[in-house]
Amino acid sequence: MIKLEHVSKSYSAGVPALNDISLHIEEGEFVFVVGNSGSGKSTLIKLLLKELEPTSGIITINGRNLNGIRRKQIPRYRRNVGVVFQDFRLLKDRNVYENVAFAQRVIGTSPRKIRSSVPMMLSMVGLAAKYKSYPKQLSGGEQQRVAIARALINQPKILLADEPTGNLDGHNAWEIMKLLEEINQRGTTVVVVTHNMDIVKAMRKRVITVKKGVIVSDEKLGEQR
Amino acid sequence: MKISMFVYSLKQGFKNIWHNKMFSLASIATMSACIFLFGLFYSIVTNFQNMVKTAEEGVAVTVFFREDITEEQINDMKQKIEKRVEVTKCEYTSPEEAWELYKEVYFNGSEEAAAGFADDNPLANSASFAVYLNDVSMQGALVTYLESMDGVREVHQSEAVANTLSDFNSLIGYISVGIILILFCVAIFLISNTVTVGISVRREEIAIMKLIGATDYLVRAPFIVEGIVIGLLGSIIPLGLLYLLYSRIVAYVTEEFHFLSSLVNFLPAGGVFRTLIPVSLILGVGIGFAGSRITIRKHLKV
Repeated sequence: MIKLEHVSKSYSAGVPALNDISLHIEEGEFVFVVGNSGSGKSTLIKLLLKELEPTSGIITINGRNLNGIRRKQIPRYRRNVGVVFQDFRLLKDRNVYENVAFAQRVIGTSPRKIRSSVPMMLSMVGLAAKYKSYPKQLSGGEQQRVAIARALINQPKILLADEPTGNLDGHNAWEIMKLLEEINQRGTTVVVVTHNMDIVKAMRKRVITVKKGVIVSDEKLGEQR
Repeated sequence: MKISMFVYSLKQGFKNIWHNKMFSLASIATMSACIFLFGLFYSIVTNFQNMVKTAEEGVAVTVFFREDITEEQINDMKQKIEKRVEVTKCEYTSPEEAWELYKEVYFNGSEEAAAGFADDNPLANSASFAVYLNDVSMQGALVTYLESMDGVREVHQSEAVANTLSDFNSLIGYISVGIILILFCVAIFLISNTVTVGISVRREEIAIMKLIGATDYLVRAPFIVEGIVIGLLGSIIPLGLLYLLYSRIVAYVTEEFHFLSSLVNFLPAGGVFRTLIPVSLILGVGIGFAGSRITIRKHLKV
């Protein structure tokens, strides 16, 4: 599903953010990518979203080489990859329903389809009752649920989560992780970038550790890969 | 493009205008001022051109013939002159007609004094052509041609009138174009500023749109709509105002200043606005489009 072969990424200063990374994530997997600040985790997410181009190496998603995607084709590619961020990135002037519907509106989904799919998605993330609320009226955990609903509304095969619990307290962080696990169990491949090791340990999933742009370990529940 | 996306772009464009009310109003006001001035100059220039044309039609070159010229030669000459593109008409005045005209003007009321010349026409050598032009600026070339013709004794022209009319017409045209160009640059600059503000206000939304797979077109379209709507409103408002003003001013001047009617002949509002409306709308929309397009290229890398 996600395959990186000898991928390196250097910024203008020349110091590589990622250095000769190779990894393979199967369809339907739940993977944590952990590491300290500046280790290259976010660069990895940006490469997978095609926000950045690798300096060298090949990235293949769903059997498609990202290097071969032309600029005009990027929007269509991104519709197959959902993404959530630490700061939620919700539209503050729109309510929960509109925030989720927004993701469908911008890809031209019919209003009828939007009217049926948004309430379903909101029920799935447990926010059906709050569809009229605005982001500032919600807790951090609820805002992240809205962001997840928005990321999933177009049914992507992959969900990338960049520090999804970074702004949440322990209870909410755990709730979000359980939600991500549920989403994974429905068949979506989930990649979570985090530095919250308590959650990582408790979830007992595959963990890829990145340090100074290099993968230093790739393990599952203590079992070496 | 899907209808829902088109509707989305339209809605967002209008929302942008509403969110940045003050900037949008400033842009619409500047655009209105530009189109208003454009319309004003256009009305003045077209009316002036109309007056110049009327005046030009009255400016004639007079051609006098040599004494030995035959009637056949005169007819031949007339045909040649009438064939020239700058000539609208060529009128022949015989010595008898010239004398009748002269009597009417100078012996009006003392016909008995003129009777002394009954058998001896003092204007026997004054047969002439009055050649009228459709473009006064061509007078010089016509005179040269006439003077070169066989049988021509003398050519009279009103060079000063011709040159003044022609020069004044060009001067008004140049000044108008200059002022209008400056104003349109200001309009583009202001629309560009408004769109820039719109982009910075919606920066977060744009970033989200890009991440969830919105096409470049959809990210840009609301700003193009914004520019076009500003341009459109900025042309409709002044056009309505101008139409009202023009009709009233023309009616007022015609009614109150009868003595001007021989000098000033206004074009009807319908005649002026038949061209002014489409040109202004195209200009407004074009400038709105250009302003937002330039800004998008500069500030919105999608």
